[in-house]
Amino acid sequence: MAKSVVQEFTKGLWAEIPPFRLVLGLCPILAVTKSVENGFGMGMATTFVLVCSNVLISLLRNVIPKKVRIACFIVVIATFVTVVELLMQAFLYPLFLKLGIFIPLIVVNCIVLGRAEAFAAKNGTVASLADGLGMGIGYTLALSLLAAFREILGSGTFTLPLVSTVIPVFPSSYQPFTFMIEAPGAFVGLGLMLCMMNMLGKK
Amino acid sequence: MNEMVKLFVVVALFSGIAGGVLATVRSSTQARIEYQQLKFVQGPTIKTLMQGCSNDPLVDRFKISDGKVERSFFVGKFNGKANAVALETYGKGFAGDIGVIVAINVETDNILGIGVTIHSETPGLGSRAKSETFLSDQFKDLSIKDPFQLKNDGGAIDAISGASVTSQGVCGAVVNSSEVYLRLKSNILEKLKTI
Repeated sequence: MAKSVVQEFTKGLWAEIPPFRLVLGLCPILAVTKSVENGFGMGMATTFVLVCSNVLISLLRNVIPKKVRIACFIVVIATFVTVVELLMQAFLYPLFLKLGIFIPLIVVNCIVLGRAEAFAAKNGTVASLADGLGMGIGYTLALSLLAAFREILGSGTFTLPLVSTVIPVFPSSYQPFTFMIEAPGAFVGLGLMLCMMNMLGKK
Repeated sequence: MNEMVKLFVVVALFSGIAGGVLATVRSSTQARIEYQQLKFVQGPTIKTLMQGCSNDPLVDRFKISDGKVERSFFVGKFNGKANAVALETYGKGFAGDIGVIVAINVETDNILGIGVTIHSETPGLGSRAKSETFLSDQFKDLSIKDPFQLKNDGGAIDAISGASVTSQGVCGAVVNSSEVYLRLKSNILEKLKTI
């Protein structure tokens, strides 16, 4: 039973939203979600890589021999990641400075390789494009949501992505809950979100 | 055996194509990346030093090879003439190198101003070399031939209290740039004519 393209797209947004349902790609989600801007930027970079690698791998899926498929996938993914890194340096340098090492680390993000292996290598190009786009947008949403949660509590602000406008959410008398923007705060925030997702899913 | 060869060929082909793509992207973004790095790392300092100039010092820049190293110079135009250059040199600080940009008026050989770009000095002590202007203001309008020494070393410059090593490092960087500037002055003047 083949799912429709729309279903392939929408499953990434809710039913299989990467960090919460698949619990993949947690390293960047814990590390970069200190501000909404960083989370969103990281999500967009990952989306780009996911879409491009999914499309290319599904196009080449009959050319790649089974035995060396992982090596070929990694080469494809690493190429796109480096392209993103260079483009980000050229056009969004301040964001590049903030994300730093986590951009090259998209190569080892489980979501990208996972989707290539589990989906793009077995399905057609259009379905793979929809899958990559859905997963990427789902990932971006998840990162932005967790980042908003942490940033609002941890620094009392909300940074608009891409334009870097900082909007104060609380008055200046607000004593920031700095725990939230430290690494342990990311675990707690992610745990709470997983918990909420499970409660919502249960009905 | 045949299959082995095929595997090799496929992986080699993939890597080769990937390498080609990356080389293309890299060479087409290189100029922009260099400009972005200048804009966000040295840019703010250069802009403040060259306040009031009529051009963009980050665009009007040139390189001169100085022995084994290449040095970048940023040009500032005042009153329609390209008469100021800025260069970055390094001095030994308390915890690593301190990058200092020195802007010089080439007609009078006086310093227009200096500014710290990168450093890893102690926050609250040495870091004041960058965050406060107490130290850098003292270099303003000095001649480039000045010895640039701290009062402790027999010079005329007041160190930041609690950060003598940092202050020495900044002086050292300025001394370096004055040496470079004097050594390359004829080349600099020649290049300035073309801008």
